[in-house]
Amino acid sequence: MSVEAYHLAVLQVVVPLLSAPFVVLLRPRGLAWAAASAASAMAFAIAVSLTAGVLSGDEYRYAVGGWAAPYGIEIRVDALTSLLLLVVTGASLVALLAGRRSLDVDIDDARQPLFYGAWMLALAGLAGIVVSADAFNIFVFMEVSSLASYILIAAGPNRRALPATFKYLVMGTIGATFYLIGVGLIYMMTGTLNLADMAQRVHEVADQRPVLAAAGFIIVGLALKAAVFPLHAWLPNAYTYAPHAVTVFLAACATKVQIYVLLRFDFLVFQGNLPGHEFQFSHFLMPLALLAILLASGVAMMERNLKRLLAYSSVAQIGYIMLGVSLLSATGLSAGIIHIFNHALAKGALFLAVACLGMHIQGLRLGDLAGAAKRMPWTMAAFVIAGLSLIGIPGTAGFVSKWLLISAALAEGSLGIAVVAVVLIGSLMAVVYVWRVVEAAYFQSPQAGSPEGRHEAPPMLLVVTWAAVLGNVYFGLAPGLPIKLSQAAAASLLQHLP
Amino acid sequence: MEILELYNYWVFAILLMIGFYAVTAKLNLVKKLIGLSLFQSAVFLLYISMGPVEGGTAPIFHADVTGRVFSNPLPSVLILTAIVVGISTLALGLAIIVRIKEAYDSVEENEIRELDRQ
Repeated sequence: MSVEAYHLAVLQVVVPLLSAPFVVLLRPRGLAWAAASAASAMAFAIAVSLTAGVLSGDEYRYAVGGWAAPYGIEIRVDALTSLLLLVVTGASLVALLAGRRSLDVDIDDARQPLFYGAWMLALAGLAGIVVSADAFNIFVFMEVSSLASYILIAAGPNRRALPATFKYLVMGTIGATFYLIGVGLIYMMTGTLNLADMAQRVHEVADQRPVLAAAGFIIVGLALKAAVFPLHAWLPNAYTYAPHAVTVFLAACATKVQIYVLLRFDFLVFQGNLPGHEFQFSHFLMPLALLAILLASGVAMMERNLKRLLAYSSVAQIGYIMLGVSLLSATGLSAGIIHIFNHALAKGALFLAVACLGMHIQGLRLGDLAGAAKRMPWTMAAFVIAGLSLIGIPGTAGFVSKWLLISAALAEGSLGIAVVAVVLIGSLMAVVYVWRVVEAAYFQSPQAGSPEGRHEAPPMLLVVTWAAVLGNVYFGLAPGLPIKLSQAAAASLLQHLP
Repeated sequence: MEILELYNYWVFAILLMIGFYAVTAKLNLVKKLIGLSLFQSAVFLLYISMGPVEGGTAPIFHADVTGRVFSNPLPSVLILTAIVVGISTLALGLAIIVRIKEAYDSVEENEIRELDRQ
């Protein structure tokens, strides 16, 4: 590996982190946006080249500041990491490219440099969580990304964004503090913060109570940050009242990054070391995942606000990811991991379509959408295709993960049949809530007094939305890349298990 | 008297629960934030308590000092970072409360919920 390639892993964090103070200084109109987009594009290019390296068999290990692990902070990139990096940097790039006009409406010019600076910090924090292999470092990056995303959400135009942000701040801080307590307890018992080192040492103290308490604190804390049902209370309003572009960014990657930390920590450190932990993990998370799918989809079926409908659908989709993971088989894990990627594509495209609708339609209640298909035909067509991917129709990305999930569940015997039934019911419920939007937009006549004729969203926004939609179709027909990465990731997570 | 020897950890647990209670039970947003701050401070105590080694001295290396046991400085260093995080969270939380007060003219959670329902 060349010297440049060796540094790529740390540049993934350094580029957005250093661009944050730079972006804040760019006062002239539009310049901050351009710089933030350029930094995101660079981060995405780094993620792509890291992925290419991982696919050709490299594993990136970087000792920050030249201090070797386990004493220094280690940065590692493997298959799972590179998949998440693609999602995080891709979501940031797409949301920024698409969101310029939409953000111009929501945020006044004077505050835009500060806003984009916070965006860069959020990106740096999320990328940092993903690449770091040091438990405490992960906490620091978690707080960097969380504090920045509170700012992004509070920038929403409706005053309800403020209580929503406060709730997210309180619950997010509790989740991160739980994680911190867990890391502290493990540090007391093992004397190390490096995850790989911890995995080797925790074995000797596996029967000690502090380690068991640590496992509980870490799993619950991360589940809270990841909005695993029933700890999802912060999510719907935060997604609903954030500026549309911010919702695209955060809905596509923020909770998934926390799931990633949960997987990495649990499979590397706890499973295989703590006796019986895999059953506790699976028996704790599977019922929650099943309930998430049924109840959150049910709420989405009743919801009248378009963004909150999609937010509850996100809670249900997190249920699918956790369901695949809690099966603890290679197929189940790769189904869960590939759904991280596919759901980011589908939900990203849907929220992009919402951003398009938001340009011309005041208020995003389903009633306000009446006749939207006549005014914005391209936007609504994009929404429908992305909605099909969310449901899991063959030919779209969503189908690939549901197919893998069902085949993983069928390998589990009679329990698997129940799981498959829940997945199918959940998909049918998704048909219902996507249909409610389609019905409002296509089959209800517009209210009296609403403007006639076509009013499409700005070209850039529409083009990026369609690129995301076509991404759903492409990765539905040719899912080779995400499948390869998720299978490699599942294999490396499971290698410590008997 | 083993229980009393671990009194640092008892204080940690009690502080943690007082903070958690305030966060969940209080309706006033500022009181919630005070609870959150207490909750985080309790964790600082947990980390600081794990550093000292029995009979250990301050971890300052010097040529004259040989054969001594040193306390572990790392937990204190770690928690310095967490204190900064705690301050930032508190500051951001208070800033949001100021904006909530401007927008709703109230910092009581139930009143804000009532106003949102209208």
